[in-house]
Amino acid sequence: MHFGPHLLLAALEGLVTSAVLALTALGLSLVFGVMRVVNVAHGEFFMLGAVLAWAITTAIGGHPALGFLAALVIAPLIVGAIALVAERLVLRRLNYNPEATIVATIGMLYIIQQLALTFYGPEARPVEPPFSYRILLPWFGYSGYKLSVIAASALLLIATWLVLTRTRIGLIMRATQYDSETAQAFGIPVGRVYGGVFALGAMLAAIAAVLIVPISQAHYLMGQDPLLLSFIVVIIGGLGSLRGTVVAAVLIGLSDGIISMFFSPTLAKIIATLLVAMVLVFRPQGLFGTASR
Amino acid sequence: MADKNGFFDLSKTGLTSKTALTRRTALKGLAAGAGLAVAPGFVRYSQAQSSAPIKIGFQSHRTGIGAAYGRWYEKTTAAAVKAINAAGGINGRQVEVIIEDDGTDPGRGAEVVGKFATQHKTDIVFGTLFSHVVIGSAPAAGENKMPYFVVSEGHHVASTKLNRYVFQPGITDVKSQIQSMAPWIAANAGKKVTQIFPDFAFGYDHRDYLPPALKAQGAEVIAQIAIPPTESSFTKYFPQIPAETDVIYHVMVGPAVLTFVKELGEFYGSNRPQLFGFIDSLEATDINSPGLEFLDGSHFWEGSPRYAQADDSEAQKAYRAAVGIDDNGAAVGDPKDVSTAAHMFGCWETLYVVKKAMEDAGYKGPEDRAKLVEATEALTAFAEGPEHPQGPKTFNGKIHQCFGIQNISKVEGGKLKVVHKTKIEDGLYEAEGDYTTQAL
Repeated sequence: MHFGPHLLLAALEGLVTSAVLALTALGLSLVFGVMRVVNVAHGEFFMLGAVLAWAITTAIGGHPALGFLAALVIAPLIVGAIALVAERLVLRRLNYNPEATIVATIGMLYIIQQLALTFYGPEARPVEPPFSYRILLPWFGYSGYKLSVIAASALLLIATWLVLTRTRIGLIMRATQYDSETAQAFGIPVGRVYGGVFALGAMLAAIAAVLIVPISQAHYLMGQDPLLLSFIVVIIGGLGSLRGTVVAAVLIGLSDGIISMFFSPTLAKIIATLLVAMVLVFRPQGLFGTASR
Repeated sequence: MADKNGFFDLSKTGLTSKTALTRRTALKGLAAGAGLAVAPGFVRYSQAQSSAPIKIGFQSHRTGIGAAYGRWYEKTTAAAVKAINAAGGINGRQVEVIIEDDGTDPGRGAEVVGKFATQHKTDIVFGTLFSHVVIGSAPAAGENKMPYFVVSEGHHVASTKLNRYVFQPGITDVKSQIQSMAPWIAANAGKKVTQIFPDFAFGYDHRDYLPPALKAQGAEVIAQIAIPPTESSFTKYFPQIPAETDVIYHVMVGPAVLTFVKELGEFYGSNRPQLFGFIDSLEATDINSPGLEFLDGSHFWEGSPRYAQADDSEAQKAYRAAVGIDDNGAAVGDPKDVSTAAHMFGCWETLYVVKKAMEDAGYKGPEDRAKLVEATEALTAFAEGPEHPQGPKTFNGKIHQCFGIQNISKVEGGKLKVVHKTKIEDGLYEAEGDYTTQAL
């Protein structure tokens, strides 16, 4: 294959990775930004989204698009509810203490993963894409669904940005992020905001998983890679910065696509990790993060 | 640690007062434990060795990337043990299978073998497929002098690089499979071959043995693409496939195999090179899954055919019924639960080899393990029949490996139809060593 089409394919693959990564990492970043909680169980919410998508599409049957749309709405809601319960039962009782919540979310990771193994099983199960249009380019074919994932993710990111910057809820979340004590003094129910943000973060991961599951299958261990990559993205982009998260996700996704296609996937991972180390050394707050106040 | 919020202060939780052990509960527990140890059930067999069941430790891929294989290996094993027990067991003793999960992980695999040897005190260890687990577990089997019968398909047993306690009598190895199929590939599929294989031991067998086997037939491997077994997206590897490729030879494993084949289809569409795959790329996956239409007309290796064939022997039919798979190779009653038919027959056949060897050795208990090893090494051939439904096999006791026929199947109308069967002689090769020279 010539260089041009080769690069195009690499870029397309990279953009799909970026799209899913941006959504997942945004959830992680929001939770940290507002609550100062490092959610190690974030990848498991991603996995839950995929597993529930399988369960919902199987239960509904009929045209694949029908089941998929239902999954896109219902799976994140269920995952959000689970996250909310976890927040009420665990994180709140630890007073959101940074060290304790890390340990607690590691525990949640294992509990969710093992529950999925018990009730869903160790198999990888496929979910049919809502449509299976194959775009025929002169050099290779490409899945139309994959392109739609990029578009859907972009729309969701814009929507999240609008909510954060243009709505009252967004204002409350930003106020809580900026200074939770003062926010509380002004009558903002900080506890409820925390619950909502934790659920929202999990829902973003679940949406990303529903989008990706027709491409790769639902499997109980699938949360590990997104967790690692999300941390990489969030550290590079700056914890709590939406813009930084998106830029870093595109950067990591594209470099992963292009490097792994022209060189090797292992090299792509090495470079991403090296980038994290460099950022931590030279700009600990991340590319777009602000230094701690 | 700064514990200003008191997370680690036990007195706050009430743990200390409510659940602390009192002397009375401790004594009760001790008494109960002692009672259990002397209870009649516990010593049921101690005075009558001959009536105790033969214990087979089954190292299974219950979780991890080999889970689909593990589940079907368990079903096949259960069916074989049921048949053996119904016919009177081994040496008049019933067979009991004890299952431990190896997590498809070499470290866990070795631990499981150790657990069987020291805790369960099984007579032998049996099972597992993934080659890295077998290679990781083999030293533990050797150290514990525990006969270890694997159904793994890799060349590692026959390479004589493991040890005298490891056997593979129920399924052929990759080197033999490749050697017997290379003439067919070169003659029918094409001369310029690109290989796609998983980046670990099993894949390396394919990487190392296909090029010389094809070269002998006047064909050549023009590119080799290794993919990590945990990879979840594959399109990025496909541009490495040279444009002049006649045949893509693919063998993938793990939970993402369906994605692999789907993305191959998206990449090429109907305008594809010939495809020759090991069914491993689609084991436990419905070949009629959406997105796999492009496979029509392509060819697969199958150890034992997934779909019932017109010329199936009575033994094959009885085996399929016993394991509980329908004519499409899926679980009876659940057409979506596709089996790993191409491999799992090896569990059935291996257990019958164990039975034969134990009877030949007059096996009584773990003290006879060395005799069992020698008796297995003395075996030479297994006739086709209810005990060996896949076909006839020969056995080389020096390299602990069986040799048999291979099936090449074509995808036709959503089914796999066997179009070529190799002969046993096609897959024979020079032994690379001799296990029997090792001390027991």
